[in-house]
Amino acid sequence: MMRALAGLLAGLVFGLGLVISGMSNPAKVLNFLDITGTWDPSLIFVMGGALVVTFIGFRFVLGMSEPVLDTQFHLPTRSDIDMQLVAGAALFGIGWGIGGYCPGPAVTSATLGGWPTLAFLGGMIAGMIAVRILQPRSLSPATIVR
Amino acid sequence: MLLALNGRIAGISGIVKGLLPPDGATDAAWRICFVVGMVVAPWLVGLVTGELAVPAVPGNGLWMAVAGVVVGVGTALGGGCTSGHGVCGMARLSGRSIVATLTFMATGVITVFVVRHLLGWGS
Repeated sequence: MMRALAGLLAGLVFGLGLVISGMSNPAKVLNFLDITGTWDPSLIFVMGGALVVTFIGFRFVLGMSEPVLDTQFHLPTRSDIDMQLVAGAALFGIGWGIGGYCPGPAVTSATLGGWPTLAFLGGMIAGMIAVRILQPRSLSPATIVR
Repeated sequence: MLLALNGRIAGISGIVKGLLPPDGATDAAWRICFVVGMVVAPWLVGLVTGELAVPAVPGNGLWMAVAGVVVGVGTALGGGCTSGHGVCGMARLSGRSIVATLTFMATGVITVFVVRHLLGWGS
């Protein structure tokens, strides 16, 4: 119950950040990626800011013996760089460049973006399920390390 | 915040993927709540500012569905998206995340260049 509440609050804060910064708007994201055209570099500061806050926050949090509402941290343990990682990231970037949505903004915009946004989300979910089914021994993303 | 309380990384593609079959996560509750929080956020902003930030999408439903499939397959294969690799992973100085972020930034920029400037589509 508390974990669900924490999830709700964290999701709300995350969504607020995306909306206020403009990152939840595909038009702005595409202008950010359009460095040879109508380039809008402002999202660099959004991502850079998020990175700095997270970097400092994680230092504090991972200094704790355990999270407040769980008995261990769930962190990715893999460190190998393989073709699957690079190919997946490359594909993701292509889809991002086509639609202007990455998963966070698409979810945040679900009730405001009309049918095209829902179509994006439907496609995204189908794509995720397809990979999971075709590749059952897929990388387990979060494994406990500490 | 999510890491401090629940011990989880706030990677959106991972949070969503954990809700989908065939996994059917046993820890679905906090994931669903996280998604609900995200969906509520723009309405809260609208309530405070009196102006709803309606997103402007670059294409019709078919265009966006294709983009969605590519993003879904890509994040599932690559194990993360902008939040998971780009923010959380980079903040942990994960080599995988740094490589992934540089890769999707590059292909994103190239894709927009091709779509807008070579093909001349969209705004």
